[in-house]
Amino acid sequence: MLKVENLVVRYGMIEAIKGISFEVNDGEIVTLIGANGAGKTTTMHAISGLIKPVSGSIWLNDTELTKIPGHKIVSMGLAQVPEGRRVFAQQTVEENLTLGAYARKDKEKIKADMDYVYDLFPRLKERHAQLAGTLSGGEQQMLAMGRALMADPNIILLDEPSMGLSPLLVSEIFAIIEEINNKGKTVLLVEQNAKRALAIADHAYVLETGRITLEGTGEQLASDERVQKAYLGG
Amino acid sequence: MAFLSYLINGLSLGSVYAIIALGYTMVYGIAKMLNFAHGDIMMVGAYVAFFALNSFGLPVIPSVLLAMLACTVLGVVIERLAYRPLRQAPSLAVLITAIGVSYFLQNGAQLLWSSSTKVFPSVVPAGSVQLFGGQLSISYLTIVTILICIAVMICLTLFINRTRTGKAMRACAEDKGAAVLMGINVDRIISITFAIGSGIAAIAAVLLCSTYPSLSPTLGSMPGIKAFTAAVFGGIGSIPGAFLGGLLLGVIEILSKAYISTQLSDAIVFAVLIIVLLIKPTGLLGRKISEKV
Repeated sequence: MLKVENLVVRYGMIEAIKGISFEVNDGEIVTLIGANGAGKTTTMHAISGLIKPVSGSIWLNDTELTKIPGHKIVSMGLAQVPEGRRVFAQQTVEENLTLGAYARKDKEKIKADMDYVYDLFPRLKERHAQLAGTLSGGEQQMLAMGRALMADPNIILLDEPSMGLSPLLVSEIFAIIEEINNKGKTVLLVEQNAKRALAIADHAYVLETGRITLEGTGEQLASDERVQKAYLGG
Repeated sequence: MAFLSYLINGLSLGSVYAIIALGYTMVYGIAKMLNFAHGDIMMVGAYVAFFALNSFGLPVIPSVLLAMLACTVLGVVIERLAYRPLRQAPSLAVLITAIGVSYFLQNGAQLLWSSSTKVFPSVVPAGSVQLFGGQLSISYLTIVTILICIAVMICLTLFINRTRTGKAMRACAEDKGAAVLMGINVDRIISITFAIGSGIAAIAAVLLCSTYPSLSPTLGSMPGIKAFTAAVFGGIGSIPGAFLGGLLLGVIEILSKAYISTQLSDAIVFAVLIIVLLIKPTGLLGRKISEKV
């Protein structure tokens, strides 16, 4: 279980996250929705240790993530697909996937996971020797997801996976998120595409300028009038 | 035939620049900083090799290895003490610190070893290969210098492209945040980068001092600046760029000394740099920095 408690994050003088708490139970899909600048990505960065919070704590089962260096977090079983994909453009698809397993030592299982990723994203297999920078946006998103899966995480954080993709590709990506979840991986999903995110979420939180203003099941929030007005164009 | 001889001498000098430039460019590529103390680290390597050869009478290979070890340790310690605390600081602060470290090393060397010039013994036996019935003579040192540069370049390229650590270095060069998400310890990778860059600088030091045997605490500054120029020339951050930039710089320097003017050769070298940067601001092999949308 991932548990965030009273998290406060500051960039210089600006308080981006003003004391938020939420939980992600094992096996669930939990989503954080909110507008640009609400603090979604900051929250993701804090969980993965890319930024140190001012106060509050982040627990992954019995480990306090805020107490360990960022590069050790992935081997605790938590991987992130960052906003904007951030694949290593100058390296090949296969090298990117290998880097995803950087923290692992179990060679044979890595090989099996590589096959699994290629099954999940056949297009990556076709392009395994191509430089990641030459892939299309959708393919880069798939690569970023595959790369995170290569860490064999228990929980996977996805930051705006649908950003800049065509509706067809968005459907494809969301179907894969559900499939990953069905395979037993916990998912924390950050999205601006609230409609899609709420449709697959077990639990959801609305983040507004650094605070959580609403929470409930995906269904509850999808039918909530305030959410509809602000995020679902209703 | 004279031209060929100048060309080969230029390649030899360029090889030394290239090895130093590799250190500059690797550190820039990964830590995104200009380590202006790099030439002075090389100078310390030259002194260590000198004492190993002269005072302790060690054979050449162990002396060079000792110098490499000393430079590696020095590079890592400097990074740890002077640069790492500034990881989040503006780049100007880091740059000024690097200049400070450079002066620290120069003055430290003066204090320890005095400013009087010492004569460095050549590590390569004197003599030369005669070609074209004696019309072209190439010294063993020249040949060894060029071969070592090529060997260093090949080893480094294999290391960066084939090994796990090398791939992690490339990942850090592209995106440190994403590298952390992969579980890469960025601080450790930066340390390794300084270690390698500084270690190979010791090789350059020995080769340079075998060619120009006067050893003094400021011996690192001019080759340091030239190597920096070579790195920018080739495209800073690019390893083949540093190699190419170094070789070209050496050739241009020797040819302008031979055909134009000894006094003006440095000016010509830097003029070429300015022209290249005006035409191609990223250097010969540098990549365009694409802004994230």
